[in-house]
Parts: sequence; structure tokens; C-alpha cells
Amino acid sequence: MALLEVKDLHVFYGVIQALKGISFEVSQGEVVTLIGANGAGKTTTMQTIIGLIQPKAGSIIYNEKDITKMPSHKIVASGISQVPEGRRIFQELSVYDNLMLGAYLQKDQKKIKDDIENVFDQFPILGERRTQIAGTLSGGEQQMLAMSRALMAHPTLLMMDEPSMGLSPLLVSQVFDIIKDMNSKGITILLVEQNAEKALKIADRAYVLETGSITASGTGAELASSPEIRKAYLGG
Amino acid sequence: MAVAINGLSLGAIYALIALGYTMVYGIAKMLNFAHGDVIMVGAYIIYTMCMFTWNIGSMPIWLSSLISFVVAMAVCTCLGIVIEKVAYKPLRGASPLAALITAIGVSYLLQGIAQLIWGADQRTISILDRLGTVNLGSYVIKWSAIITVVVGAIIMVCLVMFIKKTRTGRAMLAVSEDKGAAQMMGVNVNAIVSITFAIGSGLATFASMFYLPITSVSPTLGAMPGIKAFAAAVIGGIGSIPGAMLGGVLLGVVEVVCNSISAVASYTTAIEFALLIIILLVRPIGLLGKKRRIKV
Repeated sequence: MALLEVKDLHVFYGVIQALKGISFEVSQGEVVTLIGANGAGKTTTMQTIIGLIQPKAGSIIYNEKDITKMPSHKIVASGISQVPEGRRIFQELSVYDNLMLGAYLQKDQKKIKDDIENVFDQFPILGERRTQIAGTLSGGEQQMLAMSRALMAHPTLLMMDEPSMGLSPLLVSQVFDIIKDMNSKGITILLVEQNAEKALKIADRAYVLETGSITASGTGAELASSPEIRKAYLGG
Repeated sequence: MAVAINGLSLGAIYALIALGYTMVYGIAKMLNFAHGDVIMVGAYIIYTMCMFTWNIGSMPIWLSSLISFVVAMAVCTCLGIVIEKVAYKPLRGASPLAALITAIGVSYLLQGIAQLIWGADQRTISILDRLGTVNLGSYVIKWSAIITVVVGAIIMVCLVMFIKKTRTGRAMLAVSEDKGAAQMMGVNVNAIVSITFAIGSGLATFASMFYLPITSVSPTLGAMPGIKAFAAAVIGGIGSIPGAMLGGVLLGVVEVVCNSISAVASYTTAIEFALLIIILLVRPIGLLGKKRRIKV
């Protein structure tokens, strides 16, 4: 039984069709990646799953519940979190406030406190800057904050949109290590990446998205060794 | 001294109204031009309730006035929520002009309804000015002005604390900065917008109460303070809460100072709006405004 099942999803921006009936699934405990070029519809897919965009047709089943028409706050409450493209941390708020917003739907105040302390243990730099405005953090620190913020919600499924974008190679490796670590702690991960090489390496399964349609799928290793995929996404 | 207190008092009134404009703009990215008319409705409810409750024999006047005020606040808060749900919510995502025109429409609608219910006559009522005056040294100061300044300051401090320290306040800041990201945190944006309209309208009721000693009640009561408070919000930087407070107080003090100098008294309003123009020429985002991607 899949944790997340996307069935024949059609999404339009005005008259332009961004998703042309895509279907895929993510099972509990997997790392699944969607790879594809700019404009293929990767971000649209994630935003539709979390309820920021309404699809014209198709359905999204999460945990055996139809969440297609649910408002996003209910989707988040049911256990899906997202690290959005471009991080989208709250630039004008403090590091602490950003984390508190990540825990917006959590009720247990003591647990929230503990979670924040854990974040500061894992990323001491965030602890040092807890009262600092998040917009003053470096790109890498902002990515750490964005991931920590999403984890504050204790998600079952974490969707990550281009977490390596704009980071130095060293930080990119660090981000992928964190993703592996989160997965080993039981969080199911749906990863959208332009860095297909690294994404395929950590993915259990992968889908290739091309201008709104899924054109290939398989295990990470299968796709990484496929000649067409190598040519299109892995630089030959 | 009297000029200073009166200036601060008028400034506090403008600031309370300007907060409503600026918070709604920050959260819903729209200019709620019906906001001034909520003050008018508040004033009429206070007036009507006082006329009614003052005749209940055994109740002291301060208590019946307080009850009247609380009722007005409840009505205005609901009115703010209803206006948003009925008139503005369906237009979210439509062009900003559509929302703007609708807001102006709601403004005239409220004035029309008020005229149907209460007629076009001007009425006066004295509630806070019953308290009379106090002599501070050689100065005679109205209690109503002192209460306005003190209560206004307390309300604003509470509001700032609420926004900075509470979960809901934090969610308001988050929605104001990035609505989509706030939704990803699980924030119910519709609820936050409703709360914002409720708070704005609640603050407007305080403005109604404080404005009564210096005005008469009529269907167009809200127009002038509404437009001036809007100017104050823009001077301070629309979307900025400290900006609305600063802009309101600045405008109030300028108005009272100009009125106290007989040579310029008749140009007061012109001077206030000239101030707005000059500040916008020098600093288009307002005194405390932040650079944002989205503009009016």
C-alpha cells in the first residue's frame, strides 16, 4: 500500500497545461525523486500535493485518504511537510520564530522546546543566531533552517523542492547526507532535484518528468545507468 | 501642553485607525476603504446603546456607557469579519483594482444603510467629555484626551506584544511575508485574514469612542478620519505596524499644532496632505516601510 498515490493529475495555469495526467506513488520509508528540466512541472506537482494549487482532474491519495480537495492546513496536519523551492524561510522573522512556525500545528509546548533545542544541537550556528533575523543568514544556513523548520512538524512524508539549489558543492553533499539521515529515521521523502546525479544516487525509485508528463521510471540505479537519462540529465 | 496632549490624543485616534488599514494591507494585500465607515457604525451603535441604556434608572452612567461600548465593539468586529467574507474573499486572486472598487462600494453601502436607519441628521452625544477637565499647573486639559492617549498607548503595546509573542501573531507575520510558505506551515490563511479584520474593526471601535468628544455622529463621520488615517498609514509605510503608529501620531500632532496657530489654521488639511506628498517624494515606501516585491 502506497503512502502517497498520485493518479492522473492534470493542472492548468490559465490555458497552459502544466501537468498532463501524471501518476506516481511513494511507499512508506522510501526516498523517491522526481527529476526533470526547468519547467517540467516538478514544483507544480509538489504545490498541488500540498494544496496550494487545485488540480483540474485527477486525485491525490495520502494514507488511504483522498486529500485532493483538502485545504493545505489540513494536509499539513495529516503529516505532509514541504521544504519549498528557494527555501522561502520567513526573512523578516527570527530563526526562532521560523522554527516556531514550523511547529505551528504542534500542541505540546514542551516537545516544541525540546525539538528546537535538538535543532540547535544539530546546527549550532542556528542556535547562535536564534534571535537574528533569518534574512541575514547565508544560503547554506537558510537551507538548514528550512529543513529544520519542516521537521518541526514531525512529518511522515517530507517533500523537498530543489534543496541543493544555489549551494556550494560541500554544502550540497551535506544536504544530501541530511536527507539520508532523515530517511533512516523513518521519514518518507519525495525529492525534486535538478542535481539528478546525486538525487538518483540516494533514491530508491525515481520518475522522470518532461513538460508535464512522466516519461520514465525505475529504481535510482536503473535510471542512472540508462543511456537516454545519462544523456539528458547526467551530462552524457 | 494642552496642544501636546490634544495632538497626541488625535494622533492616537489616527494611529488606531491606521493600524486597521496597515494590518489588512499586510495580510490581505488590499486597501480596505470601508474601514473608516466601520468607525461610523461603531459611533452609531455607541450612540444608540447609550440613548437606550442611560434611561435604565438604576444603572450608573459609566457602566451603561461601558456596556454600550462593548456591544459596539462586538458588532463592529462581526461587521469586519462579515465584510471580508462577503465582499472581499470572493475577489482574492482577482485584480487589486476589483478589490479596491469593491471596498469603495462597501464604504458607500455602509453609509447608505446608516442613513436609512439613523437618518442624515447630525447628532451629538457626550460620554467621555462628561469627565470634564483637569488642571495641571496652569493648563486645563480634558480628561477625554488623557484617556485617549493612555488607553491608545496601552492598546498599541498590547497589539505589538500579541503579534510578536503569540502563535497567532507569528502566523500573521508569516502570512504577511509569504502566504504560500505560511500555508506550508499549516497556517489557515482564511482564519488569519478573518482575525485580522476582526482586530482592525475592534481597534476602529476604540477610535469611535475616542472620536465622539470631538465630532458629531453622522453617516459620513468615518470619511475624514478614515482618509487621514489612511494617509497616516502610508506616511508610516503601509504594511508596517510601527509605521502606522508613528504616522498616526505625527499626523495628529501636526493637525492640532496647525489648528492652534491662527495664521495657518484654515490650511490644516492641506498641510497634512502636503506632508504626505513630501514624505512620499523623499521616501516612497513611507517612513518605516519595507521594500517589498508587491506594490499597490
